[in-house]
Amino acid sequence: MQKYSIFNLVKNAFSNHENWDLAWKDPTPKEEYDVVIIGGGGHGLATAYYLAKEHNITKVAIIEKGWIGGGNVGRNTTIIRSNYMHDENGLFSEFGMDLWRRMSQDLNYNVMFSPRGIINLAHSDAQMNAYARRGNSMRLNGIDAVLLNREQVKEIIPMADFSDNVRFPIFGGLMQPSAGTARHDAVAWGYARQADSMGVDIIQNCEVIGFDVSAGKINGIRTSRGNIKAKKVGLCVAGSTNILAEKLNMTLPIETHLLQACVSEPIKPVLDNVVTFGAGHFYVSQSDKGEMVMGGDLDGYNSYAQRGNLPTLQHVLTEGIAMMPFLSKLKMLRTWGGIMDMSMDGSPIIDKTHIEGLYLNCGWCYGGFKATPASGWTFAHTIAQDRVHELNAGYSLNRFSTGHLIDEKGLGTKTWIS
Amino acid sequence: MLYINCPHCGMRSQNEFSYGGDASVKRPQLNKEISDKDWDDFVYNRKSLRGKHLELWQHISGCRQWIKVERDTATHEIFRTFKADEEVA
Repeated sequence: MQKYSIFNLVKNAFSNHENWDLAWKDPTPKEEYDVVIIGGGGHGLATAYYLAKEHNITKVAIIEKGWIGGGNVGRNTTIIRSNYMHDENGLFSEFGMDLWRRMSQDLNYNVMFSPRGIINLAHSDAQMNAYARRGNSMRLNGIDAVLLNREQVKEIIPMADFSDNVRFPIFGGLMQPSAGTARHDAVAWGYARQADSMGVDIIQNCEVIGFDVSAGKINGIRTSRGNIKAKKVGLCVAGSTNILAEKLNMTLPIETHLLQACVSEPIKPVLDNVVTFGAGHFYVSQSDKGEMVMGGDLDGYNSYAQRGNLPTLQHVLTEGIAMMPFLSKLKMLRTWGGIMDMSMDGSPIIDKTHIEGLYLNCGWCYGGFKATPASGWTFAHTIAQDRVHELNAGYSLNRFSTGHLIDEKGLGTKTWIS
Repeated sequence: MLYINCPHCGMRSQNEFSYGGDASVKRPQLNKEISDKDWDDFVYNRKSLRGKHLELWQHISGCRQWIKVERDTATHEIFRTFKADEEVA
């Protein structure tokens, strides 16, 4: 594989950049693979990469219905954080933070990881207490957390509404300085390029039609481009999880919902951090191009539409304007929607299933993008070793039966609860 | 904007409604022996169909009645609405 470097950039400039290798090939499906990963999004591509890199399993195919990186890894708001209270989420995400910090070097692909810090605003004394508790839990797990008072927050984000007559005055906030953002498409492309170079087949425009299961064991999949035998199959299909589960006669604690995001017109640098509103569900950061990147609640009803509806957008942006009034002066540049695999407790599932050789990775709710490396790493481990790693032991499928829910914020399918 | 034909009030915008999830889910009968699996299916497990989906909505800013709505989850088209206790054929 051609290394991306300043020297190769200069060298290729002399031939008008016409001689670069393709970043990944377009192979025809082979008859059989050791592992087939369904879903060529961030998590699927990362899983294939770590299968090859950490477990030396390279007879791997990624089966993608459309094109790689065309789902939620291409539609998110690029926020990366590990500011969780529960051990399962905190340790898992912090492991991921470490992978994020090394990702550009590991993949030889600039993912533009920018650890600019995230601030969760607090709007009451009670919320300050809750944030102090979460911050302490984070620090016990080795995650950086700083509790800010009103004056400290004002110094960092003076453009927020600090006037006296507001419905939700800013009391302070909880900051994770090491959190940040990254270039989302680059993450998918970087993983794809490395996986491809290690022998993984990335097969696009190939829809999974069914599964070949006999005697409780998976033997392969049926696709629009023919049958493929496989010893092991991993599902990484986010919002399409329920559709594939139905073909396997499985009913999962997952509902598919619509989540929107939007960007404003580009403006000069004004916001250095990621900021979240504490009295509702709204978050904002500023992209390198200058756009304000914003998002919030689900549309609130089951949907596979991948396009949003205005009432929710209006609700979300009303919260944004309450937090930072200057946002009302901006023109909206783009809005878009993606379909989320919402789990019933708001936490993900990375586990084996009752079918031997079939593995499940789903339930990412609002937080799939930041989990990409840790999800791929632990899912690869689970598939390769046929047992869960301690990092994803809590993300079991049967926790809903045993009562071991990971109720971080109760942000599952029922938006009206939060 | 979705427009939902409330069987009690007529056509109203979605802003007046709150979503209540899959209406085909049945609560297990209380006086009978219930397996853990039945409870899991009632509380957590959902089919989340792509296509026609029968679901509960509450006309929260109107008559406050719960209703059933038959809606396509891929196109958002609404076909029929029913009162909560109406049997859907």
